[in-house]
Amino acid sequence: MPLRLTVNGTLHRLDIDPRESLLDVLRERLDLTGTKKGCNQGACGACTVLVDGRRINACLALAAMYNDAHVSTIEGLSSADGDLHPLQAAFIAHDGFQCGFCTAGQIMSGVACINEGHATSADDVRFWMSGNICRCGAYPGVVAAIAEVGGRKLP
Amino acid sequence: MIPFTLQKAGSEAEALAAAAAGARFIAGGTTLVDLMREHVEQPAQLVDINALPLNHIRVEGDELVIGALARMSDVAAHADVCRLHPLIAESLVEGASPQLRNMASIGGNLLQRVRCPYFRMLDAACNKRSPDSGCAAIDGLHAGNAILGVSDHCSATHPSDLAVALVALDAVVHVRGPHGARHFAVEDLYLLPGTTPHLEHALRPGELIVEVRIPPLAYARTARYLKVRDRASYEFALVSAAAAYEVRDGAIQAARLACGGVGTRPWRMRAAELALQGKPPTRASFEAAALATIAGATPLPGNRYKVALLQRTVVRALELAGEGR
Repeated sequence: MPLRLTVNGTLHRLDIDPRESLLDVLRERLDLTGTKKGCNQGACGACTVLVDGRRINACLALAAMYNDAHVSTIEGLSSADGDLHPLQAAFIAHDGFQCGFCTAGQIMSGVACINEGHATSADDVRFWMSGNICRCGAYPGVVAAIAEVGGRKLP
Repeated sequence: MIPFTLQKAGSEAEALAAAAAGARFIAGGTTLVDLMREHVEQPAQLVDINALPLNHIRVEGDELVIGALARMSDVAAHADVCRLHPLIAESLVEGASPQLRNMASIGGNLLQRVRCPYFRMLDAACNKRSPDSGCAAIDGLHAGNAILGVSDHCSATHPSDLAVALVALDAVVHVRGPHGARHFAVEDLYLLPGTTPHLEHALRPGELIVEVRIPPLAYARTARYLKVRDRASYEFALVSAAAAYEVRDGAIQAARLACGGVGTRPWRMRAAELALQGKPPTRASFEAAALATIAGATPLPGNRYKVALLQRTVVRALELAGEGR
């Protein structure tokens, strides 16, 4: 099936099978392997990307249903000159990861969480970030990073 | 995933025609795609209905109307929903994760499949997945399963939190299909398992849920949804309760109570509602009502704890509903 997809501002035209998930298209067709495949059943959040600004689980999305969508992934988060996004910097400052496998999903979900206005306190962050699991248990750093940036106005 | 065809419906007529030809509707896909990947669901054709104009959320007359394609997150955050029926918003926010709520539609939420572990285990017996294959849960893991409405064939609970709230609120589901439009109570959307647990809902082949209508309820603004589960967020209910009541002159005039996690469908607790009528809103009244909720319960060894947990959840939910007044 034909698919037109804008990822991090770049338009792609692809021919895909209806079975391909948005996650697989990002990773296997567009070589954007920052977005991770954890559980592949919508339970862990490692595959979180933004579609038209909203966070979703890319593993449960049939790519063919996202024609003409605008997708944002971790690769598009830093600025063109390489400066980290404020939330990326906060994850480093607060040790918001250990092995790093869930981190791209945590950060994309965190960006949406902040934009939604759901990051005004640590409790708020814990509730609204519950769709992102960290096997290493780096939650204190994750919560601290998102809560800190959530208290600021993002560019 | 087993190969399938995917078409996009540009209109309701196209969607219904595709369904009449054997296609399954897909909206958010959060349940269906997962189950297709596990080969539990094996549709040969899907029809994407997301282009249909069914994502409305509005007040019509004195009813709240929610389109079948409205997303869980949008409904939960909608000003009219929060103002008129905060119970609906609360039940939605307590379900799934933010990512899933952005994807999942209201129609799909109501029709989501069960979470009994054997339903997803292709090498285990499951009457719901494979009729007359048996039930592995009876002698297996069933701590999450139902204690009300259970049969020897199935004890899986319906996992929707929203459906519990809608049943408490006497919501009505509207469907359209090859033979026209119908509507019925959300409670009647769900069938008891009996000897045919593979038949889960009252929709006829090819029928599409188009919207849910919630009638006005004066005391709905203090209604509360309490969900008890193994972790604080992003987990299915062990037991949940949607509770609302109206007090005048120190006595409960009318009450609504429905529970999740305990029934094979969202379970309206009418005996408990009656038990509350005319009583003062005190812990003793709530405990008496809670006792009425377990009449006829048939727990298995692994979910006997739900008999006590259900009563405590009901008492706490009724207390919470009282705090808002």
